[in-house]
Amino acid sequence: MDCDQNTGALGAYLDNELPRNETTAVSEHIASCPKCAAEIAELVRIKRGLRPAQGHFAPSSGLRRSVEQLARQQNRRASRLQLVSVAVFSAAILLIVIASAQFLRRPDHFVEIADLHINALASANPVDVVSSDRHAVKPWFQGKIPFSFNLPEFSGTEFTLLGGRVVYFHQSPCAQLMVALSQHKISVLILQDTTELDRAFAMPATVSHRSNFSVDTWQSQGLRFFVIGDADPSAIGRLSQAFQSANK
Amino acid sequence: MDPEFFEAIAMPLFDQLYNFAHWLTGDRSDAEDLVQETYSKALKGFRSFQEGTNLRAWMYRILHNSFLTSRTGLRAHNLSYLDDEEVDIGCLTAHSVTPELLLLQEEGRQTVMDALACVPLHYREVLLLCEAEEMSYKEIAQVLGVPIGTVMSRLARARKLLRELLAAKPTEKSSQWTVIKTPGR
Repeated sequence: MDCDQNTGALGAYLDNELPRNETTAVSEHIASCPKCAAEIAELVRIKRGLRPAQGHFAPSSGLRRSVEQLARQQNRRASRLQLVSVAVFSAAILLIVIASAQFLRRPDHFVEIADLHINALASANPVDVVSSDRHAVKPWFQGKIPFSFNLPEFSGTEFTLLGGRVVYFHQSPCAQLMVALSQHKISVLILQDTTELDRAFAMPATVSHRSNFSVDTWQSQGLRFFVIGDADPSAIGRLSQAFQSANK
Repeated sequence: MDPEFFEAIAMPLFDQLYNFAHWLTGDRSDAEDLVQETYSKALKGFRSFQEGTNLRAWMYRILHNSFLTSRTGLRAHNLSYLDDEEVDIGCLTAHSVTPELLLLQEEGRQTVMDALACVPLHYREVLLLCEAEEMSYKEIAQVLGVPIGTVMSRLARARKLLRELLAAKPTEKSSQWTVIKTPGR
């Protein structure tokens, strides 16, 4: 170690801030260099002399009180903030509960559609007009419902038209057609579309499974169609397709 | 971390912080303002304080920075500012048993305290942080916002200055000591 160049190292040595290898080098140097040993001794004295600078000035009790008060004020502000956030959170939870209760109370229109289908299945005379001929069934509805619709041609398909009758859905007349697919009976319900219905049945145009039935619904030219039955969803889909292309 | 926790860990630093503030400002009422400002800023900025980092260094840093932007701080800063790079401390080393050794023994504590008060701010604070607060160089570097190498060279220079002040042995009152002329100024 060169004692004329690295005086900072002696201080750092004393402060225990030198890397291990340098510490060893300085130790060895001091042992053989009286100048640097004396320098270290002086640095130690300076160090000792400066220690009383800690705690040399004592704060007044007034200052302590006001700083403590500062912290407590902040505390209160923070807890008030916490209170507000808790209130906001509970309000949000309450809103969600109310909204979901409202949602659950909303009548499930699909259940009513399914009921109409079940009624027909349970009825001794499920249809009022008994015909497999669409040209006989369609005119039968004339004057009984305030709208008209088209029936697809069933001859040559897997489906057989059994007939139709007038039912009521939410006090509105509704045409119910029964279609058979082997032993399965499928209801096709047609009624005038309203915005309320539109909202209730807003859903992607796929066959869904509800109340143990496969259901398809769509809206076309102011009419709302439902196809519901216990047949295979793909069969329901095919029947829907037939009605959709007949009522474009 | 919540403010309650802050109070529990920051209030024990109160005495030390006040002492440091008083050493920096050299005035009771300025020191009180500075400590209040420090706690106020620390409370506001407490959310940004990372748990696990050094709270003591963080508080001292706030105090140091607040002081530098205060009126007295700016004045002191302008008076004593000295670029660490320009200082060549090697040529100033006194390799002899000098009178300050005796002086330290004879006049004791108050002499050293008076001399410390006369050391320019830059050197005074590094001496205080190292010798009084017993901080590591790393902590001092965090407080002052300078590299560790700068802490080391500044500290060496500060010790040198203090020794020169003590060696100058004032004839009358220590308050007549003036800030010694530093090289490069």
